[in-house]
Amino acid sequence: MSGRNPFERESVLAPLMLAPIALYMVLLVGFPFLMAFVYSFSNVTVGNPEFHMVGFRNFAAVLRDPAFRHSLMNTCIFTFSSIGLVLVLSNMLTELLMREFRFKWLVRFLIMLPWTAPIALGTIGYLWFLDSVFSPLDWLLRRWGLLGTPQALLGPASNMYWLGRPGLAMASVILVHVWRLLPLATMIRIAGMNSIPRDVIEAAQVDGAGYYRRLFHIVLPLLLPVISVTVLFSTLFTFTDMTVVWVLTKGGPPDNNTQVLASLAFLKGIQGGDLAEGAAVALFFFPVLAGVAMVVLRIAKKAVVT
Amino acid sequence: MANVQLVGIKKHFEGVKAVDGIDLEIADGEFLVLLGPSGSGKTTLMRLVAGLEKPTGGRIIIDGQPVNDLPPRERGIAMVFQSYALYPHKTVFGNISFPLSVEGMPREDIRKKVDWAAGLLGIGHLLDRMPSQISGGERQRVAIARALVRRPKVLLMDEPLSNLDAKVRHTAREELKLFQREINVTTIYVTHDQAEAMGLGDRIAVMHEGTVRQIGSPESIYHDPANTFVAGFVGIPPMNFIEQGGLIVGFRPESLLPEEVGPEVECMRFRLRVERVEDLGSHRLVYGTIGKDKIIASLTISIRLSEGDEHVFAVCDREIRRFDPKTGVRVRQ
Repeated sequence: MSGRNPFERESVLAPLMLAPIALYMVLLVGFPFLMAFVYSFSNVTVGNPEFHMVGFRNFAAVLRDPAFRHSLMNTCIFTFSSIGLVLVLSNMLTELLMREFRFKWLVRFLIMLPWTAPIALGTIGYLWFLDSVFSPLDWLLRRWGLLGTPQALLGPASNMYWLGRPGLAMASVILVHVWRLLPLATMIRIAGMNSIPRDVIEAAQVDGAGYYRRLFHIVLPLLLPVISVTVLFSTLFTFTDMTVVWVLTKGGPPDNNTQVLASLAFLKGIQGGDLAEGAAVALFFFPVLAGVAMVVLRIAKKAVVT
Repeated sequence: MANVQLVGIKKHFEGVKAVDGIDLEIADGEFLVLLGPSGSGKTTLMRLVAGLEKPTGGRIIIDGQPVNDLPPRERGIAMVFQSYALYPHKTVFGNISFPLSVEGMPREDIRKKVDWAAGLLGIGHLLDRMPSQISGGERQRVAIARALVRRPKVLLMDEPLSNLDAKVRHTAREELKLFQREINVTTIYVTHDQAEAMGLGDRIAVMHEGTVRQIGSPESIYHDPANTFVAGFVGIPPMNFIEQGGLIVGFRPESLLPEEVGPEVECMRFRLRVERVEDLGSHRLVYGTIGKDKIIASLTISIRLSEGDEHVFAVCDREIRRFDPKTGVRVRQ
């Protein structure tokens, strides 16, 4: 009976159901990765049909390039500052949202909002917010007397130029990225908190532990699997992200002050047409991401066991 | 050690009166059991003493000091939770020592105190294990050791035996009583299990709908119930009630005896229709009706009774308790 209908045979059904993901992996992940790998050892460019293998020349060129070193540094600063901030802020938000108060639904809605908006759209909003001339933040600062007069705390200039000054531009990019990562991190954090029995927290309270001792001795150790997964995923998202940087600063102000690896690869490979060098930059992600992925998988496995 | 005074304690949750005006005094070293059905407010009352809930009204005084505004850690209390609430990522030693290391006690002193508490509960050999690696009974001991290690002024226990299987529960009860006597700590113990309450408590406070319905020694709670709630809640099976002469007449199942073995004088006699007989080995439970009231008799003597029989039973006058049918309050002659 069961042999009649091919859809009821596991040997037919299983490959059929797996085919879409396999196809996706091969065509959209495997193939481009392979191409990037091959390109990085070649002299291929967008305009020139010539194709020679050139060995490690691209990598050598990239490593000599100060823009690359600058971008690598920026990527690390961008990633670690964002994640550090997200960890602290998501803890605060979790504390807030675990409590009962009036209009909690509204606060929760507003906090979750960044996650539901398309990243590029949200970031464009910030682009206006941080505009060099029309920024409403600057307007507020001027109104409060913090900006634009000779004695003002933030200087006599009429604007902050949020995206135009090296340190400030990086800080702005980081803050916008944090704004974007925070909802997901908070959601995961709250889910993790709800999995800790309330008794255990109360036992610690009765045992004499104050807030910080409870946080560091009880809550965080119990949340460790959840938090490490959050951190590792955020690392992946942040390390490879270029949306925020590209929309806000395009890597500027001049001299690659906010350039990150992803935007540099895009700049060189797609906008500059030097596919080979772009691919070489992008390949620097590979060891980092492979390492992170391994850690994630190990933690996931451990979490299943316990 | 310390005494505990509760004055007019109230706790309302969004209109629900979980605890509704309780006055209670617990003497130094006393073992007080809060007994009641679920939803009677007994756990809430304990959590109020612990400081895990803020009272809506009233005062809590521990050792002469008002503690209403103090957080749990400044009240000198310790608590054993129903779930034990061990810290799953700490070893048994780490669990028991946590309250001490919070105080910043030197390492050697911690070691000594943990050894004392672990020795008292016979879990010295488990100190390096994780909570997930020990049995339910052992976890319960770890929870008690963690509560005792600080020598609290007041020990609070929330149904600590209810997660143990029936066999272990008996020995655990016995031991609990022994070491409570040994270290003589003022104890408040919450349970819905009346056997535990009768066996452990110096006094029992029977709670119902957020109020204390009676407080007294186990004997007085059992033999001298103040109202129909206490009479009907305490005792397995509970007290029998029948309406007679405008009053509720109550008597214990074991006081109801077949006429031929009962005493000759000063007895109330009833014609009981036997509906079912349950043989429990040590005794038999006879389910039946007197008039239209359902009745249970508990017999230790062997006498032939079969289902469908009508038999005359008798209750000695001094075993009879009378209650007001409107208020349920005991009527004393």
